[in-house]
Amino acid sequence: MPLDLHEILSLLPQATLETIYMTFVSTALACLLGLPLGVYLFVTSPAGLRPRRVVYNIISRLVNLFRSFPFIILMILLMPLSRLLIHTSIGPAAVIIPLSIGAAPFVARVVEAALAEVDKGCLLAAQAMGSTDWQIIRKALLPEALPALVSGLALTTITIIGYTAMAGAIGGGGLGDLAIRFGYYRFRQDITLAAVIAILILVELVQLAGVLLSRGLLAKR
Amino acid sequence: MLRLEKVSKQYAGLQVVDKVSLDIPPASIFGIIGRSGAGKSTLLRLLNLLEKPDSGAVYLGERRVDTLSGRELLLERRKMGMIFQNFNLFSSRNAADNIAYPLEIAGLSRKQIDLRVSELLELVQISDKRRARLRELSGGQKQRVAIARALAAKPQVLFCDEATSALDPQTTRSILTLIKNLQKFLQITVIVVTHQMEVIRAICSRVAVLEDGRLVESGAVASVFAKPKSSAALELLHAA
Repeated sequence: MPLDLHEILSLLPQATLETIYMTFVSTALACLLGLPLGVYLFVTSPAGLRPRRVVYNIISRLVNLFRSFPFIILMILLMPLSRLLIHTSIGPAAVIIPLSIGAAPFVARVVEAALAEVDKGCLLAAQAMGSTDWQIIRKALLPEALPALVSGLALTTITIIGYTAMAGAIGGGGLGDLAIRFGYYRFRQDITLAAVIAILILVELVQLAGVLLSRGLLAKR
Repeated sequence: MLRLEKVSKQYAGLQVVDKVSLDIPPASIFGIIGRSGAGKSTLLRLLNLLEKPDSGAVYLGERRVDTLSGRELLLERRKMGMIFQNFNLFSSRNAADNIAYPLEIAGLSRKQIDLRVSELLELVQISDKRRARLRELSGGQKQRVAIARALAAKPQVLFCDEATSALDPQTTRSILTLIKNLQKFLQITVIVVTHQMEVIRAICSRVAVLEDGRLVESGAVASVFAKPKSSAALELLHAA
């Protein structure tokens, strides 16, 4: 196996920064889209505040459809959108759009699951006290679900790190791109290995942060 | 204070509440008793306007309330407080912030809320627990927080849904005494829903007995206890 530490050190930091940039911007945007969608899914679900069977089923199916789509295909399909919005379809900034849209349905399900865990009794109490739906969501539902939402956010971030690596296959930049361009096309397993280790470290750090934060929130109760 | 007129409610083809008429006098403690499955919970949800009857009418004071919707319905609900078997407090909030919830949704200022919360903590005798997290509180203390929360917005009616069923006998007595004293002090209407005859005996002046969704007996607690007319009342008396 070739080993050129100098070259690795010259490529890795830039690629790692690109991956971090793609991950965090995409996660933020995916949450912006997915959080309201997840709340709406929970509210209209059979056990929710305002069960609406037809609406829930339609949105639920759409979310499943998007989630079962192979991400790499979804990315290619959404490329024209990137071109339209930021006038390029190559590089970290360009893949942020497919990444965010691709991860949004995932976020929606994570949020729905977190909200479904909230004790029904305290929602009943909030309803009996004459809260509006919006007050229940803002003052009871979301605060009660916060530790689960934080765990979900960590899970989402990790999923998106995986997606950014895939985005490398279509010229997205970052660690995945590095592994494919150098490791795969030029047989540089040392660079692939370095990229994989960097991704693993990122995933572990996010996981750790999620666990600590969620645990910290629970300890305050 | 609260009046039901031939109220019925079905769930999935089952007649859960069957033409119940009930007149709950103001400023008293009224008991609703029945075995599990007798329709108590549904009747309660009809009284506190979480559920609309299929037929019949619900009056709060002189006003018909079962036909209300939207904002008006929410405002009527805010005139009623409720406590539960499992307390149903918000675990994301400490004692004081739980009590503050109904005041927040009513749009009071932070200063007004703090003042009112202090009054309420004193009223339920847990002023020292103001900043306590829920898990630092005993069952009895949690129910006191819940009572303070239920009374925060100065309701006319307090519903107690099996409020002492999860508590030990000694704590049950202290909570019942508190409810009794608060009723006298605030002159509110208290409606106690329970399957425990002792609870009715301890604090209620009048009682209604439910069986299979129907009202089988009602009257002053003393007379129902002395001469039960229905088999349901008889059975509940024997179980106690």
